[in-house]
Amino acid sequence: MKLPRKNRLRASALGALAVSGALLLTACGSDNNTGTTGGGGGNNTSAKNVKCDGAKGKLLAAGSSAQKNAMDLWVKNYMAACGGVEINYKSSSSGEGITSFTQGVVGFAGSDSALKPEEVADSKKVCTSGQGVNLPMVGGPIAIGYNLPEVKDLVVDAPTLAKIFDDKIKKWNDPALKKLNPSAALPDKAIQTVHRSGDSGTTQNLGKYLGKAAPNDWKYEAEKAWPAKGGQGANGSAGVAAQVKQVEGSIGYFELSYATSQSIPTAKLNTGAAAPVAANSENASKAIAAAKIKGTGKDLALGLDYATKAEGAYPIVLVTYEIVCDAGNKPETLGNVKSFLGYTASDEGQKILSENGYAPIPAEINTKVREVIAGLK
Amino acid sequence: MTTTVIPPDSPPSPPPPPATEAKSATRPGDKIFRGLSRGSGILLLVVMASIAAFLTFRAVIAISGNEGNFLTTFEWNPAGKPPVFGIAVLLYGTVISSIIAMVIAVPIAVGIALFISHYAPRKLAAPLAYVVDLLAAVPSIIYGIWGALFLVPYLDGLNSWLDTYFGWTVIFAKTEIGAARNLFTVGILLAIMILPIITSVSREVFLQVPKMNEEAALALGATRWEVIRMSVLPFGRSGVISASMLGLGRALGETMAVATVLSPSFLLSGHLLDAGGGTFAQNIAAKFDEANEYGRDALIASGLVLFILTLLVNGAARLIIARRKEYSGANA
Repeated sequence: MKLPRKNRLRASALGALAVSGALLLTACGSDNNTGTTGGGGGNNTSAKNVKCDGAKGKLLAAGSSAQKNAMDLWVKNYMAACGGVEINYKSSSSGEGITSFTQGVVGFAGSDSALKPEEVADSKKVCTSGQGVNLPMVGGPIAIGYNLPEVKDLVVDAPTLAKIFDDKIKKWNDPALKKLNPSAALPDKAIQTVHRSGDSGTTQNLGKYLGKAAPNDWKYEAEKAWPAKGGQGANGSAGVAAQVKQVEGSIGYFELSYATSQSIPTAKLNTGAAAPVAANSENASKAIAAAKIKGTGKDLALGLDYATKAEGAYPIVLVTYEIVCDAGNKPETLGNVKSFLGYTASDEGQKILSENGYAPIPAEINTKVREVIAGLK
Repeated sequence: MTTTVIPPDSPPSPPPPPATEAKSATRPGDKIFRGLSRGSGILLLVVMASIAAFLTFRAVIAISGNEGNFLTTFEWNPAGKPPVFGIAVLLYGTVISSIIAMVIAVPIAVGIALFISHYAPRKLAAPLAYVVDLLAAVPSIIYGIWGALFLVPYLDGLNSWLDTYFGWTVIFAKTEIGAARNLFTVGILLAIMILPIITSVSREVFLQVPKMNEEAALALGATRWEVIRMSVLPFGRSGVISASMLGLGRALGETMAVATVLSPSFLLSGHLLDAGGGTFAQNIAAKFDEANEYGRDALIASGLVLFILTLLVNGAARLIIARRKEYSGANA
């Protein structure tokens, strides 16, 4: 009888130790987390001009992972300013966000492409007196990252890029590349292209660009799955960036933030403008400014001009829309949606974008976005 | 364990004779425990059956809408119009990478297990066994990152060497340039991942070899190697087989590590050193996030095939073990 009890005592002591150890560890973990996000967020940790009026309770949202980093910062700042609100953005994929939206589960959805007609029809069930509309909120340049230690400023144009990704141009010293980079010492090395192995909006938007800007050299449909043969696939933008970083002679595409965080050089685009355009936040905004609003009424879906020759406009961009009901929002979420999206579309909200590798929505379009948000019912 | 001391305790059902206090104290416990253990057994079957039913239900939706041949199409495009997808490449990639893993891992694992159980000095055996078990505790995404960032670049050399000297075998002919993110690398990575499970189970089996058998062999003048060959290996054979099957199960279903290392494509190629191919689990991991409802059904249909494949492999292993059992005289 004595022995078991002793053992039990010992066991409970061990258990207590383990629990306290775990607590200690988690404490450390959370400390670190707040430390890094605070550091990464820089000076935008405090939001001053957030209007919290009418916002309380919970707001669920879901969708595109492309805007995840921006959303995280927005949610953090907003919740710090408006104490009574809890916002939960589940970043998975655009398709899943739209599905949750048309099922009425979320207050708004994030999507890398505008609603399709059949999805608008679906949304009418949820938006009892209105329909789902697209509000362009986050822009982002898709960078063309490459790994060639010999070449500092690589310049490509749409047809060349299409041929490289379609396995038609196989060497870095191809005449087409030499013509675009007359002064660069292009090596006699094979080109290794890297693309996304899973389906992704990034692939789709690159496909749209290549299809519009180089229709003769890129004949594939712009789909989420990589259409061309050849090259290697990698898992997620992080995987593509890791491969480009590692393999000499490789080229791939990913959101700009992956290039800056891993200091991968990105190619400049010869769009027909006076000088080749670099992939950065400002230049992406210029390209979005060249877009026309193709949505009607309160729908602000954009028709991007991929073949734009505007000075300093970088046309490989991805625009993430927030999808909401223009009328017929649920009364319990309406106040939260208006207040939160009002913040994300404000100057302060949009400023966060350029600080984090995204591109803010140009003022002209953004004004309309704000009008629609203010008029949500 | 036969109860001979207190006869009235063992038969549970007869009409209760004047119950003593001790008896009434043990009975509810017996009942509860029996209920719990039976419940657990039933729960397992229910879970398995509902997984199978779920997979089959969704798979039927997917396959009935498929415009391609589910078994022979070399394409995965369930979102297309019309939807076309097939599992040929996935089945091939899954089986090939697992075979490579087994060919590498089983002999090494048996070697390690024998070393720990029969050769290593006691001081070394325990820490070594511990280290091998530790390998099993590494999460598979860590193996994946390690594989992609460390193993792949370092295998380039081995790949060109294989290409140069064994290129004539066709399977080792490298026809494309590019990083070694191929089925061969995946096989090597899987081998490392399944090493600990095969090793630790085999080691346990080898330690259970009756001392008398070994001593009898020694008495006949056998050397250490002959002892192992004559008594340890025959005794442990069924155990090693079931250990290998456990490892094979993990290799077949491994997801994140493969998804991180492999450069997938829907081309069926006999050249193991060329990047490309895919496995069931890897394909599901890569495509699930962005798939629509029907695309997910298609992925679940491929999951059903993996489920069946795993069942078949385990069934085959059971058969082999059942047949060997009578000869080895052990039930490991």
